[in-house]
Amino acid sequence: MTDARTEILSRIREALGPDGGSVSPADAVPREYRSAGEHVPGSDVVLDLLIDRLEDYKAHVHRTPAADLPGVLARVIAQRSAERQEVGSSDYRSPDIPPTTRDAVRGSVVVPSGIEEGWLSGLDGVDVHVDSRDAPLSAAELDEIDAVVTAARVAVAETGTIVLDGEPDQGRRAISLVPDVHVCVVRADQVVQTVPEAVHLLGAHPDRPLTWISGPSATSDIELDRVEGVHGPRTLHVVLLS
Amino acid sequence: MRIALAATCIADAMFPQAPRAVVTLLERLGHEVVFPAGQACCGQMHVNTGYLAEAVPVVQNHVRTFAPVADGEWDAVVVPSGSCTGSIRHQQAMVLERAGLPAEARAATAVAERTYELSELLVDVLGVTDVGAWFPHRVTYHPTCHSLRMLGVGDKPERLLRAVEGLELAPLAEAEGCCGFGGTFSLKNADTSAAMLQDKVATVVDTGAEVLTAGDWSCLMHIGGGLSRGGTAVRPMHLAEILASTREAPVVLGPPAGSGTHQEVAR
Amino acid sequence: MSTFLGMPAARDGRGPSPEAAPGTLSGVGRPEDPLHWGASFPDAAKAALDNGQLRRNLGNATSTIRTKRARVVGEVPDWEPLRDAGSAVKTDVMARLPELLETLERNVTARGGVVHWARDAAEANRIVASLVREKETDEVVKVKSMATQEIGLNEALAEEGIAAVETDLAELIVQLADDMPSHILVPAIHRNRTEIRDIFLERMADAPPDLTDVPRELAMAARAHLRRKFLSAKVAISGANFAVADTGTLAVVESEGNGRMCLTLPETLITVMGIEKLIPTFDDLEVFLQLLPRSSTGERMNPYTSMWTGVTPGDGPQEFHLVLLDNGRTRVLADEAGRSALHCIRCSACLNVCPVYERVGGHAYGSVYPGPIGAILTPQLTGEKSDLPYASTLCGACYQVCPVKIDIPSILVELRAREVSLAGSSPDTADRVWKAAMKAASFAMADGARFRRAARAPRLLRAISRNGVIRRLPFPGSLWTRSRDLPEPPKQTFHDWWAGREDGR
Repeated sequence: MTDARTEILSRIREALGPDGGSVSPADAVPREYRSAGEHVPGSDVVLDLLIDRLEDYKAHVHRTPAADLPGVLARVIAQRSAERQEVGSSDYRSPDIPPTTRDAVRGSVVVPSGIEEGWLSGLDGVDVHVDSRDAPLSAAELDEIDAVVTAARVAVAETGTIVLDGEPDQGRRAISLVPDVHVCVVRADQVVQTVPEAVHLLGAHPDRPLTWISGPSATSDIELDRVEGVHGPRTLHVVLLS
Repeated sequence: MRIALAATCIADAMFPQAPRAVVTLLERLGHEVVFPAGQACCGQMHVNTGYLAEAVPVVQNHVRTFAPVADGEWDAVVVPSGSCTGSIRHQQAMVLERAGLPAEARAATAVAERTYELSELLVDVLGVTDVGAWFPHRVTYHPTCHSLRMLGVGDKPERLLRAVEGLELAPLAEAEGCCGFGGTFSLKNADTSAAMLQDKVATVVDTGAEVLTAGDWSCLMHIGGGLSRGGTAVRPMHLAEILASTREAPVVLGPPAGSGTHQEVAR
Repeated sequence: MSTFLGMPAARDGRGPSPEAAPGTLSGVGRPEDPLHWGASFPDAAKAALDNGQLRRNLGNATSTIRTKRARVVGEVPDWEPLRDAGSAVKTDVMARLPELLETLERNVTARGGVVHWARDAAEANRIVASLVREKETDEVVKVKSMATQEIGLNEALAEEGIAAVETDLAELIVQLADDMPSHILVPAIHRNRTEIRDIFLERMADAPPDLTDVPRELAMAARAHLRRKFLSAKVAISGANFAVADTGTLAVVESEGNGRMCLTLPETLITVMGIEKLIPTFDDLEVFLQLLPRSSTGERMNPYTSMWTGVTPGDGPQEFHLVLLDNGRTRVLADEAGRSALHCIRCSACLNVCPVYERVGGHAYGSVYPGPIGAILTPQLTGEKSDLPYASTLCGACYQVCPVKIDIPSILVELRAREVSLAGSSPDTADRVWKAAMKAASFAMADGARFRRAARAPRLLRAISRNGVIRRLPFPGSLWTRSRDLPEPPKQTFHDWWAGREDGR
């Protein structure tokens, strides 16, 4: 009896017939679509488009000079912990808010080990956890943390997408997934107009774990009525450094 | 131009007023119409129901009958049906090819290349949108699926209708939705077909039009059958019938089918 | 007029429906064969058409998503070139499938993944079950996957004592209700919010007793229900939207984050993927990541897309298995005319525009693959006789929206021809009647003179015509006259009129 691999491959060859491989060589694929946008990465048009698209999908966008970043982060985290104080712990609508952490007024945040330290200088009194592949927090620990702050690899304006590639300034996939608020810091020069530009850039390291994020998690499974915020972070803040 | 008319089997047997209107219209525009008597059917019903072997002699007859257009004896073939034109253009050569008749398949392609649906012939080949018609009625237009998607006639029929003097064109909601005919689909899946028909009839009635028109009598027969079963007063008419109507020789609307006055007035 | 189980006429939207007695929310049950179950298409369609609530649910949902899709597709200036590229890439993949599969296997293996091959559903299920058993767990979390639906993986695992928890909201609804999906993208499209609330209250142990039918609250109840499972699961099972041969990268496209949870948190990930899901290069993603979301959910981009290549030390599952599934795909590949059905990227745009699907819903197709794509894919995968190729008016709306330009109407016609040859010597009365009618029509329509005589025959019907119409015909004409009139045939055919005119000249 032949093994499954051998049998499937031979079934395919038989199905394709003797001239199977010659039907359509790869170079026959027409690529008349746009391989790049008409605007250069980081230009005002591209940034405005990104903001429009992000907001359309209910992400919060903060456009700010780099120097003001620590203040913006501090405000976002403080606002989040204030919200958590208001929600009743028994309310199933916010099931991931454990009552035990509700005393920590200033909240908690997880950051990847490679994040720029200066970004965090405004987080006085906030519980900052540093995560890395060598010293990872458990899923249960991440579940107790208010928010995550990461950098990004690239952003696509036309689709309102940011992409993380797991490098030290963005961290393990779990940290940007389990906490309920994701604050993602994007530099203006990282914003490209089109999907092909982003794919091309990411193609330099295709083996990195990639997460494409377009707005907060969402579902349309009930009568196609869109509900933002399901299992992934229910709130997405994008801080655009210009 | 010398234009050969392919009447289509369904119009020939059931709705001869449509091909007659094509004759009236084209002659009025100064063209010569010929009707090759050997014609019968394009084979669409057989092909679309999966009876490819049975389609072969039907297709062969069509290609044989209209072959002179490929030799320049006629300038074009006109078909007052989107779906038959679609079948001639996209299926006939395939049927012959599969039957192992490559030479006849090439002949079919040559005929198909010179075959046009009525609105295509008028707008693209003859270059007219105002055909000098007069039809003082409120009309709604159903863009049949094959005209719309298989042929891509676009807004040619509407452009022709808008140029008709006195005609008021009422927009049809969900116009691009299929009426549910689908040839033998209407029999094999009669309930689903009827459900689709019900929705189409409702949108047609909502237009308040006196006349429903389309470029294909098969769909018109279906929607018309639903309109008359529903007791509505909307009359189905082929696009050609409207375009053939003039002040000098107007097409007068009879009472709607199924109404009690039909016998005494129309006969 | 049939009633829809659990559907209250009027209510305040809180607490269990008075009509929702235990058990009444159950769906169609889990069939033995996920590719062939239930009544014939015409019969199942009739039952669905009689269900007014179902028709309203479907009509609202499909028209909403059609509008969304049209808007975001209209935004893309190079949509047609993208479709051309998507179609050509997939054609190329099929032509080079053996080579590309071997390349994929090599690259996944090099990055620490393990590749398995499964000839059919049973073999795939055995592989997955034994991998799960090795991890000594009796519960796995699942990302929505058509391939695992197709092979009935959940039922196979249940027989081994392993509970597979569906984590996509709609799949969870379907699973809780002991139902089958009725749409590729929105499997619970046949359920409205009130039914979903009732299903949760009856079947989800930790559902809040005061749950309302507001979609946001329903989604939050599902979040609470699944959160513990995500945080503790040892094994996850997924499908794949794309596999990149030249890098070994797998991609899953999703919205809720349940996919990310499954693909990230458990120690072990098992992905079951049809062999046709390949794309040759990483750069090809630039085509499909534009085509899929806009065609599918009508979004510019879906909220989350995850890509992984084998195992990344210290990040995500540290054990990765890829099961490559045939299960009839090589049979589809062997049919040159139908082969392009394998180009499908499961966007479901064809379902949303199909006038037949819109009215009868997914269950009538008796397959996990419903709608136009299901009508060509299902019979090709099984190789069995089927009435699905006839479940279409050939209106062409599906072909117009397909992001990889699968000519579904032409393949339907091909498959009808196959059905006719399969029925060749069928003793079935309907098959024989159709055959005889088609042969007779062929004879009459293959010659102008014969046709001219035959075309006069309808005139006989004038005898039963009243007021210009015929309201009732005997079978099989009754199939027509049951819901439509037939106009009175003319006194004179066109052939005869023309001959008279020529004579008069």
